[in-house]
Amino acid sequence: MINLTINGLSVSVEEGTTILEAAQQLGFPIPTLCHMEGLTPYGACRLCVVEIGEGPRAKLVSSCTYPAQEGLKVRTASQRVLRARKMILQLMLASCPQSKTVQDLASKFGGIQGHPFRQEYEDCLLCGLCVRMCKEQMMSGAIGFRGRGKDRSIGTPFDIRSDICRTCGGCMYVCPACQLRCTYNEPEKAVCGGCQNLPPPCMEKFDDMSCYMDPCVACEICKE
Amino acid sequence: MLVAKPMSVDVSKIVRSHEGKRGKLISLLQDIQSRYNYLPREALEVVAEQTGIPLVDIYGVATFYRSFSLTPRGSHLVSVCLGTACHVRGGREVAEELERQLQIKPGQTTTDNEFTLETVNCLGACALGPIVVLDGRYFSKVSPARVKQIIKSARAGKEEHTADGHVFPVKVSCPRCNHSLMDFSHQIDGHSSVRMTMAFGGKHGWLRLSSLYGSFNLESEYDIPLDTVVNLFCPHCHAELISANVCPLCGAPMVPMLVIGGGMVQICARRGCKEHRLDLNGVNV
Repeated sequence: MINLTINGLSVSVEEGTTILEAAQQLGFPIPTLCHMEGLTPYGACRLCVVEIGEGPRAKLVSSCTYPAQEGLKVRTASQRVLRARKMILQLMLASCPQSKTVQDLASKFGGIQGHPFRQEYEDCLLCGLCVRMCKEQMMSGAIGFRGRGKDRSIGTPFDIRSDICRTCGGCMYVCPACQLRCTYNEPEKAVCGGCQNLPPPCMEKFDDMSCYMDPCVACEICKE
Repeated sequence: MLVAKPMSVDVSKIVRSHEGKRGKLISLLQDIQSRYNYLPREALEVVAEQTGIPLVDIYGVATFYRSFSLTPRGSHLVSVCLGTACHVRGGREVAEELERQLQIKPGQTTTDNEFTLETVNCLGACALGPIVVLDGRYFSKVSPARVKQIIKSARAGKEEHTADGHVFPVKVSCPRCNHSLMDFSHQIDGHSSVRMTMAFGGKHGWLRLSSLYGSFNLESEYDIPLDTVVNLFCPHCHAELISANVCPLCGAPMVPMLVIGGGMVQICARRGCKEHRLDLNGVNV
């Protein structure tokens, strides 16, 4: 067992536990976006930053990937953490303002009114949830990261329909941003059959039909 | 498909030659690229099938690195440096002039498949900027006005564009004992000469080369008849200066010399052959 201190409270956890899991045991809320149980930790969104160490050696780490260490002192909501987290949320709002998940996270954080960054309207946060879902849970590996830097994107190799994609819709189900990305109206490029296999996500969220398919692909779900 | 079969055989051979090596994917892709000049889609599919690495991962690596290309490249590769030093010396204008002359954007290939233009972010030879590299040959201090000539020399073939005036002095040393080969007391082309000893046909004497890279002026104790392959030796350690490489133009052995400050220059040992290569290993000169 490993003993560490989180926000002054000591806790002992098993070896291999991450700081995030330890904090959740104690009930300290740490917001996450790219973390999902059942998928390997990835540390892409940085939203789960916490401060470890003391004095000049204190540093910010992503709690979802940092394993608990003996004697570690963790602060989950220090001034520095909150400042970093606020900026991360503002950057997310700057790139994907239409994402319900990001909006909810920002509103839960509170005090965010606008952001100083250039407004974009991306449909991807590059959190890698869909890539991990496809590979680890669906055992498929149809989509992955391509390119690098500002040209990094997610999709199938060569942008054509993948032979190993089973159109399970798993990628779309976990995606925090891409409700607008469905490509079923371009069957050549489609990676998911979300609208064929699942009820539209808008039903679950808003208890009302607000179909994101535009133009209409005549799936007839709305007629049921 | 008729083309697909020989390709899959070829690619399998490349895959097999890398079997059991750790981190084999990148070197494997490099071999495929040097074979086809780009990474054909069919080849990547064969690699995925034979190595068991998912195609998405291979595609991710192939798109991550700038040196890999998924579209066919032209027979001449033109790289313009847009690193900080080249940029402030006007690399941007050189790049724009190249775009105008070739009528393509960086990353594209001309319709006749002759030229591929690409931009790079630093070639490590900042003092010589703006730099244009054409098929591995460095053109230093390029101005937009020179672009036309560079392209013309590439079109005209190898012979001429080695004779292009991209001259700058290099200081060299023996690759064996690392003693400087520079002779400050004897100047050729207004710069210190490179002194070596030579032997051919029973004759033995000194040889001094111009240290200007791109100049072929030399002086020697005995006149060397054209097309003679000479043996060159270090005047300090008396080791023969000979590399494992042979001249791609005439087949004579290449003579290696270390560039002081980093890198390697190789010249052809045949009198009259103008093949020479400068490899700066990404070190500043």
